[in-house]
Amino acid sequence: MNGITLTLRTLHRGERRLAHDLVTVAERHRTEHEVHHVATDLSRWSREHVRLLAETAAEHGVRLGEAPDHSSDGVFATLREKASEAVAHRPEPGLLLLRDLRELHVAAAENSLHWEMLAQAAQASRDSGLLTLASSCHPRTLRQMRWTNTMIKNLSPQILTSL
Amino acid sequence: MEDATDRIARPWGARAPYGRHGTWPARVDTFLADGVEPGAVQRWVQSASILHSDGDAMDIAVADGRMVGVRGREVDRVNRGRLGPKDLFGWQANASRDRLTRPLVRRDGRLTETDWDTALDLVAARSRELLDARGPGSIGFYTSGQLFLEEYYTLAVLARAGIGTNHLDGNTRLCTATAAEALKETFGCDGQPGSYDDFDHADVVALFGHNIAETQPVQWMRLLDRLAGADPPRLLCVDPRPTRVAEHAAVHLAPRGGTNVALLNALLRETIRHEWIDRDFIAAHTVGFDELAARVADCTPEWAAEICDVPAARIEEAAELVGTTDALVSTVLQGVYQSHQATAAAVQVNNLHLIRGMLGRPGAGLLQMNGQPTAQNTRECGADGDLPGFRNWQNDAHVADLARVWNVEPETIPHFAPPTHAMQIFRYAEQGSLRMLWISGTNPAVSMPELPRIRSILGQDRLFTVVQDLFLTETAQLADVVLPAATWGEKTGTLTNADRTVHLSCKAVEPPGEARPDLDIFLDYARRMDFRDKDGGPLVTWDDPESAFEAWKRCSAGRPCDYTGLSYARLRDAGGIQWPCDDRAPEGTARLYTEGIAWAHPDRCESYGKDLETGASQEVVEYRSLNPEGRAMLKAAAYLPPHEEPDEEYPFQLTTGRTLYHFHTRTKTGRAPQLDDAAPDVWVEVSAGDVQRLGLGEGDLVEVTSRRGSLRGRLRVSGIRSGLLFVPFHYGYWDTGGGSGPGPDTPGRAANESTVTDWDPVSKQPLFKTATAALTLVERGDGRPSPAPTTTASAPVDAGAVPPTSGGPAARTTRREPTGSPHQPEEGAR
Repeated sequence: MNGITLTLRTLHRGERRLAHDLVTVAERHRTEHEVHHVATDLSRWSREHVRLLAETAAEHGVRLGEAPDHSSDGVFATLREKASEAVAHRPEPGLLLLRDLRELHVAAAENSLHWEMLAQAAQASRDSGLLTLASSCHPRTLRQMRWTNTMIKNLSPQILTSL
Repeated sequence: MEDATDRIARPWGARAPYGRHGTWPARVDTFLADGVEPGAVQRWVQSASILHSDGDAMDIAVADGRMVGVRGREVDRVNRGRLGPKDLFGWQANASRDRLTRPLVRRDGRLTETDWDTALDLVAARSRELLDARGPGSIGFYTSGQLFLEEYYTLAVLARAGIGTNHLDGNTRLCTATAAEALKETFGCDGQPGSYDDFDHADVVALFGHNIAETQPVQWMRLLDRLAGADPPRLLCVDPRPTRVAEHAAVHLAPRGGTNVALLNALLRETIRHEWIDRDFIAAHTVGFDELAARVADCTPEWAAEICDVPAARIEEAAELVGTTDALVSTVLQGVYQSHQATAAAVQVNNLHLIRGMLGRPGAGLLQMNGQPTAQNTRECGADGDLPGFRNWQNDAHVADLARVWNVEPETIPHFAPPTHAMQIFRYAEQGSLRMLWISGTNPAVSMPELPRIRSILGQDRLFTVVQDLFLTETAQLADVVLPAATWGEKTGTLTNADRTVHLSCKAVEPPGEARPDLDIFLDYARRMDFRDKDGGPLVTWDDPESAFEAWKRCSAGRPCDYTGLSYARLRDAGGIQWPCDDRAPEGTARLYTEGIAWAHPDRCESYGKDLETGASQEVVEYRSLNPEGRAMLKAAAYLPPHEEPDEEYPFQLTTGRTLYHFHTRTKTGRAPQLDDAAPDVWVEVSAGDVQRLGLGEGDLVEVTSRRGSLRGRLRVSGIRSGLLFVPFHYGYWDTGGGSGPGPDTPGRAANESTVTDWDPVSKQPLFKTATAALTLVERGDGRPSPAPTTTASAPVDAGAVPPTSGGPAARTTRREPTGSPHQPEEGAR
């Protein structure tokens, strides 16, 4: 395995995880409507990245899996949503929300750094296909980070001063 | 010439044709109460309408201390004497017997009459308790789009600098937040670019989700008059319903709900592909063209046709219409603002005008519309999610400037995060961190999405709710304190319409009982709270409407919405004047951006912008690198599928909207007999094909059910697009005997029982147009038709099957066409 396939594999794992975590957070915070809807939208980007990474990896002779199904763990998803509705009138889930947004941010930041590495490796090896992949996906990862950062900035004053 | 017309049956009245670049002829509409002769009117008091955003100038007729009628003001350029049905009849609600006349407080679970001191002392005491125990973030204000400028400004000062809370927004969040946001995204700053006068010069008028015939009926009269004259405009109508606009359109597109971005991207793609663009304008005034061109390059009409369910050929025709004209006016309203990807779509309309260079000259106008009469004031005074005077909360220099105006320390004004939007304020109330909510001039228990949730929030014991209104609305019934307010005609103030025209509305009669102007209530509260500036002087230094207006002028000085050249005296003499009005533009300003983009410079802009798909905020550094010279920004957005798609269980798309005869939650229009009779109850519009498939018929009682709740109404077989249901949002419960919501004997009646809690992540405007629902039969009709009007978009497909809507003698109004015209055509228009 060379460095490029290693990075592809790492990134593939990272985007898979982020896609899954975004959906999980969306379900867990069903009553935080903006988080719920936008996180669901953003998981679509990561799933798309997983698919593109798998295609590119195949061209490099590496087999990587498909994106997780949107509703892979149906029962748990329902449980998470019901749990969220049950505590809709409590302030404490706010802390959990801030923690979840922080985790999403960190996961997206890891992916971002791996996209950076992949782009650098693509340039060094003059692999234009790989560079195109990185340049089309990386901006969306940065936008995922900007979103988590914005939500944390907007929500934390109220959550942290009202406990 | 005088003539009488039933203005319920003929809402837009008689035609006065005029040609392109001509002067819109005047026509003075008058309605006097039954039995009142014109000679009996003792005074005509200057005002303008507050039942829509058009700002129709009018005079109120007064006899023996009572309102007895209204008359359009011929001298005003906005309406040239015309009035719409709501203007003509709505004023009668003022004299309703069920007006609130004394404050109420909740004692042992019941609302009980009391005096002002008791009520306001209670509000002040609770405010102080919460400030001490939980801090300013525990107090929030939810206001309106129907008060006056002076009232919003006073509220903004007392909330942001007195209480020091970030939680102040208006119900403008539901109607016009996307207009403001789209203008900020493109031009760096709020401010309507165009003018209604652009309709006089337009060759093509494109209406995106804007049923102007019902939302601004007087401007529709203007368009009808032009359509009847020489060199008439061609219309593009994007609307899923068979509106009057659609009927007159050269091209009508009725797309699937939630697909506006796909459609607009295809229009942009065609415009660019055919080189129907103004390269000089793009080079001189914009940034981002190459990226926009690249992002829409694949958005073919065929691609959009698939998503929008509209023939590709029609999309190409639409593109040719807007792409090849020499004078394009576009207007945008709720079909875009309350739909999926609201801001992203509205911005694409801005982009269309920028790449075509259709800006800042007569007939090349862009109108991001408002729904409510004073929504513009909510926005500019900072009573919505913005700082006053379009100042940028992320720019410390702007905050310091505001602090200077208010004589407070900059830290006093919360600016660590954007001002909290209404949906988030309600969320904070739901999870318990917000403990006091003061609602003025609006009725969220009917107007907000997902009403079962809203009622559960307002009904919480731990939430102290103050409601300030004219009537015991559905919301007021859930309150802890109810404050009786005076309304239009009973108080003085200014209001600004959707094309920046400022009007003065004077007090004509006394309010009923102990009801007080909203301004007086806010001023009284500020005195009881003893809010101070940094030198220990009173924070609020004014004590009546005119001194409040003068204070606002100081706050607006040097800002895009500069009012310093205006005064009550000038507005009284001249009628409506468009801001900015200052030393450089003493007569006001018809169009913004006539000489380039004025307010997008990084140091001047109101907002550094957001990601159009996620709503993430940009920082100043990014903004500076993207737009260092302050040009208009061409921002692309990819189409995303709506969050709810029809499925087996909920096979229909559900959209809500208004009808011509009503406003908001009908608190006034439902109490004006002619308007109430024209549209007395809720209905459900279903397409003829769907009706046939399901074996339903006109007048059947049907239930519309979604994942949130359900409502019942009589079915109207209409020409709406198939697969889509329409329910008017006006109807609630105050006139059902059911109190504030559905009960054992009161089935759901409000459209918002079924809508979804979801909002545009950029403008935070709730989406009322992309829910899904199921339709079931409750009971066959008894032969009576649905209560839906036949004169409007709710007209039956089979025109003969339903008796036409009419008002009879009670709706007779007179019109007079003056012989001479005091107005000359606008110079430089050709």
